[in-house]
Amino acid sequence: MAIVNRGFKGRRSQAGAGLIPPGQYLVDDFPVLTAGPTQFTPLAEWDFTILDESGAAAGRWTWEEFQALPADDIIVDIHCVTKWSKLGTHWRGVSVDTLMEGVETSAEFVVAFSDGGYTTNLPLADVLDGQAWVAFGYDGEALESEHGGPARLLVPHLYFWKSAKWVRGLRLLNEDEPGFWEAVGYHNYGDPWREQRYWGD
Amino acid sequence: MKWLVATVTETTPETASAVTIRLDVPDWPGHRAGQHVDVRLTAEDGYQAQRSYSIASPPGSDRLELTVVRIDDGEVSPYLASDLDVGDQIELRGPIGGYFVWDGDDDRPVLLTGGGSGVVPLVSMMRHHEAVDSKAPMRLVYSARTAGDVLYRDELANVHDVTITLTRDQSSEWDGRRGRVDNELLATAGWPPSEGPRCYVCGPDTFVEAVANILVDMGHDQTNVKTERFGPTGG
Repeated sequence: MAIVNRGFKGRRSQAGAGLIPPGQYLVDDFPVLTAGPTQFTPLAEWDFTILDESGAAAGRWTWEEFQALPADDIIVDIHCVTKWSKLGTHWRGVSVDTLMEGVETSAEFVVAFSDGGYTTNLPLADVLDGQAWVAFGYDGEALESEHGGPARLLVPHLYFWKSAKWVRGLRLLNEDEPGFWEAVGYHNYGDPWREQRYWGD
Repeated sequence: MKWLVATVTETTPETASAVTIRLDVPDWPGHRAGQHVDVRLTAEDGYQAQRSYSIASPPGSDRLELTVVRIDDGEVSPYLASDLDVGDQIELRGPIGGYFVWDGDDDRPVLLTGGGSGVVPLVSMMRHHEAVDSKAPMRLVYSARTAGDVLYRDELANVHDVTITLTRDQSSEWDGRRGRVDNELLATAGWPPSEGPRCYVCGPDTFVEAVANILVDMGHDQTNVKTERFGPTGG
């Protein structure tokens, strides 16, 4: 039973009630959260790689090749573990299904890896079937560096730390392997609707 | 992670808009300098709101201290900063964040750079440094809007390696530094990259973005630069 804080009213008139997960609040701006400095990788040096469970490159795209892939316009709500949620965000990106088309694998897990050393782990099933993209556009513009450009993972059904900024590839794994935040106390799966913020939630 | 019941044992005004709340948390598992907690408030009809607050007290202290700056249109901070009395209870859980931490287990130089309330977890690190009598040389660069916004002013005045700069103070009483944290200030009040300092940057988005970029441009290895950002929203 929760303690009642007498005199606490809160902001009841909040738009979007019912659309945001428990413990979240709505924002209109787009806060920035990272563990370290923003990465600035020149597009000429950028590529995206899928490594299979043997460690071999099962797919690789330069920026030009990546841009030539079919892309989706995506409108989704996003939820950050630091408690802000933003509704109806507009993205453009390549579906992970498209990137995985030619990849033979029996892996069940994936680790996304990024410039700057960031990683995050997900079940492979959570990035397939239209649930995840490698996004390079936001609100009709190129995705800004501080929001993860040139490209970031977009997995909107999980807390936003799973949507790795500055993503450079996916590593397929037979066994799950905690990523950067997952190793230091944040929940391994991160479903905002079940409020899976931290270990043990 | 379990919600714990914390009882307010003391509240101390830090500035006109900030208060340090001292809490007795019976089941507190201990924390590392730099970590934060989630605080949850519940209204009489069951409505709840949560926000994160950095821990100001060092590891091992018998009371948990949070310094909360009131954001006037915020949802949680006005209640914490203005309505809480000694004996009141709030719910919290933590400690949270195992990356933006300084444990004091080596002697590498440390540069702490804080903007506004971003100084709170850095002060926990300074207090830990003092408590364990660390030999690591530690410096703080702290950007506040006006002299009246400087948190822990008396405590910081007694620490040698602290540089405070004010960005919006028009008064003539301040004889310290003015202006934003820039390359020149970090070069003189920080450490050269060749010394491989651990750099901790905490504050609002724009502050952290600017300072972290300057540090990397100066030649600091980006793996040495740890950041923690507070959005101006919500509160």
